[in-house]
Amino acid sequence: MDIVLTINGRPHHLSVEPRVVLLDALRDRIGLTGTKKGCDQGQCGACTVLIDGQRVLSCFVLAATVTGEITTIEGLAPEGGPLHPMQQAFIEQDALQCGYCTPGQILSAIACVHEGHAGSAEEVREYMSGNLCRCAAYPNIVQAVLQAAPQMDATAGPTSAETV
Amino acid sequence: MRPFALEMADTPAAATNYATQSAGTYLAGGTVLLDLMKLDVIEPQTLVDINALADTYGAIEADDDGITLGALVRMAEAERHPAIRRDYPVIRDALWQAASPQLRNMASLGGNVLQRTRCSYFRDVSWPECNKRAPGSGCAAIGGNNRRLAVLGVSDHCIASYPGDFANALVALGAEVGLRSADGSERRVPFEDLHRLPGDTPEMETNLVPGELITAFHVPAGPWTRRSLYRKVRDRTSYDFALASAVVALHLEDGVVAAARIGLGGVAATPWRAHEAEAALTGRPLDEAAAEHAAEAAFAGAVTHGGNDFKPELGRRTLVRALLEAAAMEVLP
Repeated sequence: MDIVLTINGRPHHLSVEPRVVLLDALRDRIGLTGTKKGCDQGQCGACTVLIDGQRVLSCFVLAATVTGEITTIEGLAPEGGPLHPMQQAFIEQDALQCGYCTPGQILSAIACVHEGHAGSAEEVREYMSGNLCRCAAYPNIVQAVLQAAPQMDATAGPTSAETV
Repeated sequence: MRPFALEMADTPAAATNYATQSAGTYLAGGTVLLDLMKLDVIEPQTLVDINALADTYGAIEADDDGITLGALVRMAEAERHPAIRRDYPVIRDALWQAASPQLRNMASLGGNVLQRTRCSYFRDVSWPECNKRAPGSGCAAIGGNNRRLAVLGVSDHCIASYPGDFANALVALGAEVGLRSADGSERRVPFEDLHRLPGDTPEMETNLVPGELITAFHVPAGPWTRRSLYRKVRDRTSYDFALASAVVALHLEDGVVAAARIGLGGVAATPWRAHEAEAALTGRPLDEAAAEHAAEAAFAGAVTHGGNDFKPELGRRTLVRALLEAAAMEVLP
């Protein structure tokens, strides 16, 4: 099937079998390998991307069915420009060890803030529970989300999450 | 995943036509379907993408008679809806405690109620025995690892548990489900009649006829909906299936139960309404003794298989706690 995916503001034309999931299209067909394949079964959250600002699991989305605008980790900050406040907060709070789950954590965290679920550490833990971290950097991840949340309110980020 | 054909339905008629003529399987959120396809548990030849029908089946409408939830409403949308939060808190409770935020953004309500069991022997095709996946092959869970499996509504052929949360609220509140058949006719049936007990045909999980499409859920208003909640007990604090859960909705008059609506999750073969527990409570003051009496009634028919021997007791305690908490709720007039 011939499809057009709009990713980080740019259209990408490709031809895919119906069974190709968005995760594989991003990584193997388009070369955007920032989105990670963890379990490939909807259980770990590593493949989280935003579609029209909503966080979804790209391993459970058929590429040919996507009509919205996709945001991946590569689209959060301009080349050479300042990082997204959530990316900066993850660095400052040391919210990762191996880093494999981090792209999914950051996209999920941005959506978590925009949904209004970053009001307390308890709320962040509940609404970030879909992103597993095998290194167990959870306390620092929670701190990063809490740090970035007020900054995101002050600065319009480059994601389409603002439209939610 | 095995290859399949993908059809895009832009009208309800196109959807049911594809589903009947191509023996297609409806695709909404895909969170159950693609999962089981990746595991080779199911191998549909054709998927019919119905997401474009959200204009028709994607609304939430509340009035004095109740609330109607379109089948293509996403779980996260319903969780946020002001009328649900105010007048049907048990529905919001059941939704936000299910799955993860990502999955709730994706999963449709119609697909959610058709969620398949998490029984390991069903999901792992390397096990030859599973009457649900391969009819007549036997049940590896009976005598196997059955800690998470059902104790109510089970049979000698299958003890798989229904894993969902939202459906337990629907069944307890006496909801109806709207259906559209391939010939375009519509019907409404009690939600309680949507799922089938396993009996000797556990592969047949619902009473849907081939090609039939879930269009909406109609939840009737009642004096019990505001005093309602969902309590869910699980191994992890968040993002896990229920070991035991309870839906409670109460109409109290001077502390006496005028009407009770009770559902159970994590412990039964299907979304489960505890009619015996409701009857045991009606007309009695709701105190701890009455709650325990009702919980005994709810699990009187429990059948356990070793690994899940703990479930009736956990289920009773979960229900007692839910009943006492619901009785203590501060409810808007």
